[in-house]
Amino acid sequence: MKGNYDKAFENVVRLRVMSILMVNDEFDFNSFKELLDVTDGNLASHLKNLEKQEYISVAKSFLGRKPLTNYSATAQGKAAFQDHLEFLENLIKENKT
Amino acid sequence: MRQPEQELAEIKSMMERSTRFLTLSGLSGILAGTYALIAAGIAYTWIYYPEVPYGSNIDKISDEGIVGKLLITALIVLLLSIGTAWVMSQNNSKKKATKFWTPASKRFIQALFIPIAIGGVFCLALISRGHLAVVAPATLIFYGLGLLNASHFTHNDIKYLGYCQLVLGVISAFLPGFGLLTWSLGFGVLHIIYGAMMYYKYDR
Repeated sequence: MKGNYDKAFENVVRLRVMSILMVNDEFDFNSFKELLDVTDGNLASHLKNLEKQEYISVAKSFLGRKPLTNYSATAQGKAAFQDHLEFLENLIKENKT
Repeated sequence: MRQPEQELAEIKSMMERSTRFLTLSGLSGILAGTYALIAAGIAYTWIYYPEVPYGSNIDKISDEGIVGKLLITALIVLLLSIGTAWVMSQNNSKKKATKFWTPASKRFIQALFIPIAIGGVFCLALISRGHLAVVAPATLIFYGLGLLNASHFTHNDIKYLGYCQLVLGVISAFLPGFGLLTWSLGFGVLHIIYGAMMYYKYDR
C-alpha cells in the first residue's frame, strides 16, 4: 500500500500541530496552546517529540520583553505528513472497494 | 487508531481554524449597512435637497463646506462600523469559545486594511485635486479589493461581497452624478444582505 502510517502522528495533539504547521509558515507556542486547548506541559512534550524527529524546527526570540517561541515544519516533516495523508487516503479508498 | 475519515476531518478542521478568522459577526454587517444608509440619507439632504430627486448635482459638491461635512460623516461611519464589527466579533468568539486575537485574525485584518488604507489616502488625493466624481467609485473598488484579499483568511463567502463591490464601483465610475446612489447600494444594501446571509448561515 502507498503511503506510510507515521507513529509520530498517532497522537492527536501532534497530528493537530503538524496540520497547523502545514498551512502556516510559523506558529507560536501560545497560539498553539489557545487553539488546541492543551496544558503547557502536554504541548511542550509533544513539540519536543516532533522536534527530536526533526519534523519541526524551533526559533526563539523576543517580542518586546516577552519570549516568543515560533515553530515551523521542516521539509522532512512536511514529507512525512504527506506520506501519512496518502496512507489515510488509500485506506479510505480500500475500505470503499 | 482512529477512523481514517475522522482523522482527515480533524486535519482539515485544524488547517481551517489556524488560518481563517471564522467569527466575523454577521449582525455587525447589518448594522454597518444601516449606518451607511443613514449617512447617505443625511448626505442626500445636504447635496440635493430641496431640488430634483436625483441627477448630476456634482457642481454643488465642489462647495468646500459640503466636502468637509461629507468627509467627516464618512469617517464617522467607518469608525462606527469598525468598532461595531470589532466588539460583536469579540462577543461572537466568546460565544463559540474561541480566541478572537489569533494569527488568523491578525492576517485577516492586515489583508483587509492594507488596500483600504491605500484607497483612503488615494481618495484624499482625488478630493484635493478636485476629481470628486470618482471618489465614490474609488472607495467601492478599493474596498472590494480589500475584501477579495481578505477572503483567504475568513469564510470564503466574503469573496462574493468583494466581487459585487468591484462591479458596482466600476459601473459607478462611468455614471457621474450617481456616486451617492452606488455608494449607498454598496456600503448600505450589500452589507445588509451579506450580513443577514452570514448571520443565518454561521451565527445562529
